[in-house]
Amino acid sequence: MIRAVLVMNTQGRPRITKFYEFWPVEKQHEAIRNVFSVLCSRAEHVSNFVDAESIFGPAKLLSFPELDFQPKVRRTADSRLVYKHFATLYFVFIFDSSENELAMLDLIQVFVETLDKCFRNVCELDIVFNYSKIHAILDEIIFGGQVLETSSTEVMKAVEEITKLEAASNAINLVSKSVSNWRSR
Amino acid sequence: MEQLKTIGRELAMGSQGGFGQSKEFLDLVKSIGEARSKAEEDRIVLREIETLKRRLLEPDIPKRKMKEYIIRLLYVEMLGHDASFGYIHAVKMTHDDALPLKRTGYLAVTLFLSDDHDLIILIVNTIQKDLRSDNYLVVCAALNAVCKLINDETIPAVLPQVVELLGHSKEAVRKKAVMALHRFYQKSPGAVSHLVSNFRKRLCDNDPGVMGASLCPLFDLVTIDAKSYKDLVSSFVSILKQVAERRLPKSYDYHQMPAPFIQVKLLKILALLGSGDKQASESMYTVLGDIIRKSDSSTNIGNAVLYECICCVASIHPNPKLLESAADVIAKFLKSDSHNLKYMGIDALGRLIKLSPQIAEQHQLAVIDCLEDPDDTLKRKTFELLYKMTKSSNVEVIVDRMVDYMISISDDHYKTYIASRCVELAEQFAPSNHWFIQTMNKVFEHAGDLVNIKVAHNLMRLIAEGFGEDDDATDSQLRSSAVESYLRIIGEPKLPSMFLQVICWVLGEYGTADGKHSASYISGKLCDIAEAYSNDETVKAYAISALMKIYAFEVAAGRKVDMLPECQSFIEELLASHSTDLQQRAYELQAVVGLDAQAVQAILPRDTRCEEIEVDKDLSFLNGYVDQAIEKGAQPYIAEDERNGMGNVSNLRSQDQHESIQHGLRFEAYELPKPPMQSKVDPVSSTDVVPVPEALSYRETHPISSVGSTSEAGSSELKLRLDGVQKKWGRPTYSTPTSSTTNSPSEKPANGASHVDSATASYSKSRDSQNTKKTEIDPEKQKLAASLFGGSSQPERRSSTGHKASRSSGGAADGSRGSKAVEKTIQQPPPPDLLDFSDEPTVTSALPSVDPFKQLEGLLDSSMSSTTNHNAGTATIAPDIMSLYGDSTASQDSLDIFHGLSTEPTGATSGETTVTTLPQSVKGPNAKDALEKDALVRQMGVNPTSQNPNLFRDLLG
Repeated sequence: MIRAVLVMNTQGRPRITKFYEFWPVEKQHEAIRNVFSVLCSRAEHVSNFVDAESIFGPAKLLSFPELDFQPKVRRTADSRLVYKHFATLYFVFIFDSSENELAMLDLIQVFVETLDKCFRNVCELDIVFNYSKIHAILDEIIFGGQVLETSSTEVMKAVEEITKLEAASNAINLVSKSVSNWRSR
Repeated sequence: MEQLKTIGRELAMGSQGGFGQSKEFLDLVKSIGEARSKAEEDRIVLREIETLKRRLLEPDIPKRKMKEYIIRLLYVEMLGHDASFGYIHAVKMTHDDALPLKRTGYLAVTLFLSDDHDLIILIVNTIQKDLRSDNYLVVCAALNAVCKLINDETIPAVLPQVVELLGHSKEAVRKKAVMALHRFYQKSPGAVSHLVSNFRKRLCDNDPGVMGASLCPLFDLVTIDAKSYKDLVSSFVSILKQVAERRLPKSYDYHQMPAPFIQVKLLKILALLGSGDKQASESMYTVLGDIIRKSDSSTNIGNAVLYECICCVASIHPNPKLLESAADVIAKFLKSDSHNLKYMGIDALGRLIKLSPQIAEQHQLAVIDCLEDPDDTLKRKTFELLYKMTKSSNVEVIVDRMVDYMISISDDHYKTYIASRCVELAEQFAPSNHWFIQTMNKVFEHAGDLVNIKVAHNLMRLIAEGFGEDDDATDSQLRSSAVESYLRIIGEPKLPSMFLQVICWVLGEYGTADGKHSASYISGKLCDIAEAYSNDETVKAYAISALMKIYAFEVAAGRKVDMLPECQSFIEELLASHSTDLQQRAYELQAVVGLDAQAVQAILPRDTRCEEIEVDKDLSFLNGYVDQAIEKGAQPYIAEDERNGMGNVSNLRSQDQHESIQHGLRFEAYELPKPPMQSKVDPVSSTDVVPVPEALSYRETHPISSVGSTSEAGSSELKLRLDGVQKKWGRPTYSTPTSSTTNSPSEKPANGASHVDSATASYSKSRDSQNTKKTEIDPEKQKLAASLFGGSSQPERRSSTGHKASRSSGGAADGSRGSKAVEKTIQQPPPPDLLDFSDEPTVTSALPSVDPFKQLEGLLDSSMSSTTNHNAGTATIAPDIMSLYGDSTASQDSLDIFHGLSTEPTGATSGETTVTTLPQSVKGPNAKDALEKDALVRQMGVNPTSQNPNLFRDLLG
């Protein structure tokens, strides 16, 4: 499963962070700092993969107390990290061995493509100011740590639908509110 | 001026439309963007926290405002500060009816709370309600929250609703419900084990997306217990087949690949199901072959699928044809310029190497290139591969490399890891004890505190026991070499504690053994150690014990002990030590030194470290004493469990009978506790009654390890081979490139269509663009390759005369096929399971592991992948190299392959990274937008890099 998604700028400031397992704030921050220090020390034309075990520790093992045999150790100590550098931002996905590195790299691509479609020439600022929308997009791509959708058009459709409905319910809300205000008067 | 700026900002935001935030928030972002230091940033954030705390306490906050506050809280927490004071407001927001607020609330709680947070209890009810909502977006938002917030205690509260949603009419909801159920399963398998069949059911969902979602939980399930899912093999295979044949709707295509993420998951599942199951594997061969053939190796995702195919092929029951095509794919990966693909190639190689060890030798130079690559990730992956292919013949080279790398890095985590790998390999394959000790010294010196203490004990044991043969001369030689090396190392500053312990122990045991060094010299050194590391008590303890041994040996040998003044003061210091352990050791030393030679001999005999210390567990030497005591009327000893009425069954019974005879009465109630007693007592074996405290670990004697029993022969072999390689290089050229070019027309057909027809042209072209620098390095690499891939160099030498013969007869430039007949001198027999397929003419396993053509091919390719080539000029500079390249049929062939590769588009990634700054005019219709945005970026101080606001332009291309 995907364990975390991080977006940070080239100065190490986090822009979007999403951990699919619970991490205390301090540990999140520490991890982000460590990831950043690894990323900025990497040369330009090298692979997009980093061994992240030292930062994120081994994946949790599934335990199956109800089984009479214990399965062979699954996901032995592996946290992999794939990152991609776009202009001022690093996009980082952290995941375990049940995912494929190259596929994750393309998932970053899907994410960024979708952002780009959504904001027309997306830049760091869009991400800063549209926090909830970015999360909405991300939630349409990754759900509970699993890949949900990989087509940016599909994601866009879903997000647009949400925005539309949100706007609609907003309008209803405003009306009802003004009505109630008026009544109370 | 200030105003103008603000107006500009507002304008820019207006055009953006999405920034509905207040000026306050903008200012916050701006000031954080401009913060020069972490401290300044922290100050700003702390001020923001104060503001938010105040604001949140205000009565009647409008909902829009509230939403922004929550977002600001998230922002604060993202920057690493505690925002827990606002959690409750986020929880309240989930109760709101308005969708945007509810969604924001859910977003905030999923980011804020852990699944065992106290506030969860306030949300569960809302989630339950929302899961039943008519609005599917509300349901989705709730499902999203469910994944993160529900733990094994709260699962039952929402489980019925989630299961119900598996049949929802919207496929998006079904998909998410499957995933939520999967998450439940991950968190608490027991709670949903009765619902596992739902995943199977969803596999047949008529929406491919839902089917794809169900693959994730099925993968987990298959990982745990493949047996119960064997019946699904045919379903998975047929799904994979349909996907690969593009039966899914076009919308599932990604970069012209049909549903690659589903393919990847399916291949992973098949790999698990086919592992060790011939029948299941056979049903997969066709579809795997199809996918490997069809997959587009020019895109990232195509390569991802190809890589999964290799993993699958390597995991299932081997099929020679598939192995061969997998090897081809690996070759493509390794020859690629992309580091990502090289990484995947190395990883895949590591998987395949178990099945066909010879494949690594085809790529040896590519592997060495990766080893020397500046990319750390790639390097580590390559070490992983080397670890897998270590044999006694190449252990020295590999471990030396590992140690060098270990010294060069500062990442403690990986240092520990690679140090343990070094130790493991050294223990397993060490060619000689001397080498082992040297290697261990290096490991200890540079990563001493990171390795397991057991390693140190192993090393001491090895020095004590020697080779395990009855050859005292070599053993003592080994010991004195260890002593010498330690005396040298002692001078180094800041040695790790564990290494010092080993040094002290060895010096104590063997420092004076060969008579080279006097007792006072060694004891002086020991005192130096103790003084230099005076705050390390363990080292001090080792040092004083070592001193005791030295003096004891002196006394036993009848020499007079005259302590150095520093030793005297050291001992005095320890006599008054706070540590009772150190104190005791010091007193023992004093006592021992005062005894006569014979007594000392009995206490600390020299060189008996390997003798078993016999522990008399029955304490039989006390029997006489016990008998005496019993005769005098003492009670015989009753074991503790017997005393407590926990005696074993037979005892109990006899006691019962005894009792019944005595009293004639029986109390039925006493019978009851019998069964538990029985079960409790059973495992207690009578021999274990007396617990024996383990001897101090360094005094312990262990069964002799089989370190390097085969390895001495191995090392001599290795040396032989290295010599051979060098000799070969020294020989003059025996064939010229021109002679081989004439052969090219006849060879081409054998290579298949993938090879570009203008073989000669490409070859000469490559000559023109050559770079001689590379070739000068090559001998080094070649040597390394020879030592790493041991077997290859030897046969190459042998078969050099056979080159032409095989070429002309087989006519196969591929080399592997043509030279098969000649190269029957395979070092390792193919794994037995491969033999099942030996009726096939092109069995991969029968390929000579040592094929010179392949080797040369690898050589050429690697030199080309680094954009350098050799040419005729090389011949004059380094004629010995040319002799290697002499067989230019192979080289030409490899050039062809490379040429073919290079004409293909080289993956999306390589292109993307290069685009950063582009002229503004390229931006097209969005130029104005972009300019505005750029201006805003600059104003806000958010990292205005490059002139181009069109940051993600590369995506559009």
